[in-house]
Amino acid sequence: MLYAILCYNKEDFVGSWTKEEDDACMERLMRVNDKLARNGQLGPVARLLPTTAATTLRKGGSDPLVIDGPFAETKEQLLGFYLIDFPDLDAAIETARELAEANPGPGCYEIRPVGYFTEGALQLEEAGQKSDA
Amino acid sequence: MTDPAWIDAALSSARPQAVGALLRYFRDLDLAEEAFQEACLRALKNWPKNGPPRDPAAWLIFVGRNSGIDAVRKKSREQALPDEDQLSDLDDAETRVVEGIDNADYRDDVLRLMFICCHPDLPDTQQIALALRIVSGLSVRQIARAFLVSESAMEQRITRAKARVAKGSVSFETPDAIARSERLAVVMAMVYLVFNEGYSASGDEASARGPLADEAIRLGRLLLRMFPSEPEIMGLVALLLLQHSRSPARFDADGSVVLLEDQDRARWNRKMIAEGLALIDKAVRHRVPGPYQIQAAIAAMHARAKHADETDWAAIELLYQTLEIHIPSPVITLNRAVAVSKLKGSEAALELILPLADKLDSYFHFHGVRGALLMQLERPDEAREAFNRAIALANSPAEAAHIRLHLDRLAKDNAVKPRAVSGTG
Repeated sequence: MLYAILCYNKEDFVGSWTKEEDDACMERLMRVNDKLARNGQLGPVARLLPTTAATTLRKGGSDPLVIDGPFAETKEQLLGFYLIDFPDLDAAIETARELAEANPGPGCYEIRPVGYFTEGALQLEEAGQKSDA
Repeated sequence: MTDPAWIDAALSSARPQAVGALLRYFRDLDLAEEAFQEACLRALKNWPKNGPPRDPAAWLIFVGRNSGIDAVRKKSREQALPDEDQLSDLDDAETRVVEGIDNADYRDDVLRLMFICCHPDLPDTQQIALALRIVSGLSVRQIARAFLVSESAMEQRITRAKARVAKGSVSFETPDAIARSERLAVVMAMVYLVFNEGYSASGDEASARGPLADEAIRLGRLLLRMFPSEPEIMGLVALLLLQHSRSPARFDADGSVVLLEDQDRARWNRKMIAEGLALIDKAVRHRVPGPYQIQAAIAAMHARAKHADETDWAAIELLYQTLEIHIPSPVITLNRAVAVSKLKGSEAALELILPLADKLDSYFHFHGVRGALLMQLERPDEAREAFNRAIALANSPAEAAHIRLHLDRLAKDNAVKPRAVSGTG
């Protein structure tokens, strides 16, 4: 079974770590990641940049609304995510619009730049989970 | 959860909100700071045992407010009877404080706290010192180290600055839209000052002052979280991030300046660049350009170029022209001249800057740029004169060392040239 682990915290708290504290924390996390990678269990891992760099596309209506800042509703739940390489924010917003057209109705797409990324070591064919997931 | 580093980070991230709210209650900076200190002491005792409160800022405000009221009460008891009525509403205070935690309530507190440090009578250095002490909560010792002065001298400087601030009149009413945007502009300028204090340091100073650049970025993000739709704040934070991303490549092993075009771009901080580019892209969508956005857009042009020779100088020249309209300044024209030299050659650039001589005669970079242009035009004697002027005006050993490299190159060319001439002749 594939699981996603979503990381939540107060970003002004994490943002007030010194570089040394931040590095030390990343190093501890990497030890966990490395173990999972050796087992072939680890999929993509990303650390997102601060929500101040985020833009949100609010669906609904013919022209979705582009809002500065992160997704801030508590009434909706995180249901999935994409990881896509874009040259700039406009291209990312364009794709979010396409997704909104394909899946109209309520909801949001939050667009956030990624600071750290590794693709992991997961071999899905062997696990036979590609179609299930 | 007993890790003291964890508590330190929680206290320092809650500080601007908490001190800002306490300042609104007590209308006295010293009392607000003392109340916050007291709340921190209690947090250090309480949090390791009971775990972190759900909202550290609300906890600190509630505890700080109580202890501040106790302090005021004690003081007034020495003079008169306590006024119990005034203090009877405390039972519900915590719920109300916790419920009241949202952006709108707190942003004016934090903005006021930052704004107080920007009193127009205070010289830049005192504004920076006060902001680092009050908003960021750096110790007097840390700030003294950054400014290369003794602890007691810095203590005095901050005390004097506080006294001056206390005499000034800062409104505690909720500011209207105009007052808020005026405060924002002043505070953004202060954040940029803090950044430059860290960013411009080189050599031995860099290790002491470098953290100020990080602190400025933290303050900028704090502002942006409170005003998420202000394109100029996006521009400011983008500018700080994009400039700071180059820090690892700005000086060579000897501490000399490495020019932008010679920097090893692999050493630029990609994470900061990603965040900065996302922010400037966001800002531009608002179509309300301002000086920070334009400067960030220029920095973004450099950040997007994988190699120096892929730089879009035409776009940069246009951006500098726009910046000149927003802030007419000979320094900006000087910067535009660098773009012009790449586009139209050194002759055109030199023509552009020569009329600035009166205004920029005592400016290091003016003579540095002038010398470099003259050198490219193979006018070595005039170039040497310009470089000598630049060295005399250098603001740091690193700047002087960089100019000396040019002078060495001139001397070498001079020694080589006669042979070359005789060879071809």
